[in-house]
Amino acid sequence: MSMTDFTIHHLAGQLDRGELSAVELAEECLRRVADRDGEIGAFLAVDADHVRTAAAESDARRAAGKARSPYDGIPIGIKDCIATAGERCSCAPRLLETVVSPYDSTAVARLRAAGFIPFGRLNMDEFAMGSSCENSAFRKTANPHDLSRVPGGSSGGSAAAVAAGLVPAALGSDTGGSIRQPAAFCGITGLKPTYGRVSRYGLVAFASSLDQIGPMTQDTQDAAILLDVLAGRDPLDSTSLPAASGGFADAVSRAGKDLKGVRIGLPREYFGAEGLSPAVAKVVHDAVERVRALGAETVEVSLPHTRYAVAVYYIIATAEASANLARFDGIRYGARVEAPDLVETYFKTRGAGFGDEVKRRILLGTYVLSSGYYDAYYLRAQKVRTLIRRDFEEAAKLCDVMLTPVTPTVAFKFQEKSDPLQMYLSDIFTIALNLSGNCGISIPAGTDPETGMPIGVQFLAPALEEARLLRTARIFEANR
Amino acid sequence: MIAVEKTTQSLDVRYVADLARLEIAPEALERLQRDMESIVGYIAELSELDVTGVEPTAHAVPLANVWREDVAGTPLGREAMLANAPAVLHGEFIKVPQVLPGEGMN
Repeated sequence: MSMTDFTIHHLAGQLDRGELSAVELAEECLRRVADRDGEIGAFLAVDADHVRTAAAESDARRAAGKARSPYDGIPIGIKDCIATAGERCSCAPRLLETVVSPYDSTAVARLRAAGFIPFGRLNMDEFAMGSSCENSAFRKTANPHDLSRVPGGSSGGSAAAVAAGLVPAALGSDTGGSIRQPAAFCGITGLKPTYGRVSRYGLVAFASSLDQIGPMTQDTQDAAILLDVLAGRDPLDSTSLPAASGGFADAVSRAGKDLKGVRIGLPREYFGAEGLSPAVAKVVHDAVERVRALGAETVEVSLPHTRYAVAVYYIIATAEASANLARFDGIRYGARVEAPDLVETYFKTRGAGFGDEVKRRILLGTYVLSSGYYDAYYLRAQKVRTLIRRDFEEAAKLCDVMLTPVTPTVAFKFQEKSDPLQMYLSDIFTIALNLSGNCGISIPAGTDPETGMPIGVQFLAPALEEARLLRTARIFEANR
Repeated sequence: MIAVEKTTQSLDVRYVADLARLEIAPEALERLQRDMESIVGYIAELSELDVTGVEPTAHAVPLANVWREDVAGTPLGREAMLANAPAVLHGEFIKVPQVLPGEGMN
């Protein structure tokens, strides 16, 4: 069986016409993982029994005319911080290696309700803290385009699995770029929905005011299909938005052929950023030319507080993380390092269970919240977050969407970035979006002629404007 | 305003690690102290901004007091709730290490 087009929308057609069964599709994914994942390392685990059982059930439903949706039977890879009932949910540190989730996250429950099959557990930076997947305690994930390079992070396993065609699509989570950056590094599409679009119930919390689950796919049509399934208010997440959702796939399929009447903002600070490599700059400039050729009007806009975004992010995200990760103390979940008394148990369990980057962030978060420093760091960062949000509001008055780089460079090599601060600074184009709460998408736009590595561009839109975002990205994608 | 010099000098990783209940291996202490000083030196650049009169943003979504319907549901069973605990007593309780120092008790 040849499956060259592995997109959700194509597979749905094949399933519908009876050219393919869910069991055949599941076996194909399992075979691809067996053949290729040894060298890529995207998956931490795949429960083949779960997958086969779910696929057989899907075929039975379809045969009885009771398919849950056109997508019934399509496997979706799941990042290891998003709970799937009965499977491990470790977030990649040693501490939680043995944890098995007793329930489904809302995202996974919604996938199942549409007939999708949760497929395996995808590697990530420990607790989603990192930009290269190198902070996983379990395995190294390689970029399928060049095995000596990182896939990006933290959703590096998700991006690598989709780019290598192991699964048609995957779920990731994005706190400061963790969907968009690996998507760009691996040459796939990654959507960070508006904060509150997708329920966070069952997503292991890193920074609760920034975390958002989103789809990682081969194209914008698939991203829209998954967003239709994932989005919506959830009583189990009080921060999920009561906004109307759905119709995204329709918006994409009716996208039209040109961008006439669309105003695309080009934020000055992103184009002139220090460290933007010539190869990425060229692809982004070509993208600007392309949207103009498609009829869009481009306008220069300004996000004046961009240069503070990394500092604000690393104060707010680490402060929230230090509180969220306090629960991992060896009492209720995972491994415990035995010690004579309770406090000593906390120290030893956490000391042994967390990796270096997680420790750095817990320390930084604890420091910025500690007595005497709270006002100078945490409170001040929250105020600057307001200024960053205002930047986006002002820019939105001048344009419909913005077009920017996603990453300063192509995927780097393993161990190339050993200084933590240098690693943080590479997030410059993605993190302000999380601080603003707005939505954005990274889509492939070109290749670096020197290394052959993929390069993405990012479209950004105001909160709850995913339909506009996806439509623009779709037209761009269709003309690349 | 923050004086960067003073701030990084007063950053003691050992003290912060105690607050965070985090054991740090002695050989890692020096490196972590250096990393933290570099990061704190960088984030201290926020001090150059004037934020007088700016309201803080705690959250991207201005939602408050979200109530759920007062209806009884079916929670996870006790066995499922305890399955991930490192130590369990009589299948009913999470077993914890001794809280107060002193003679052992069982």
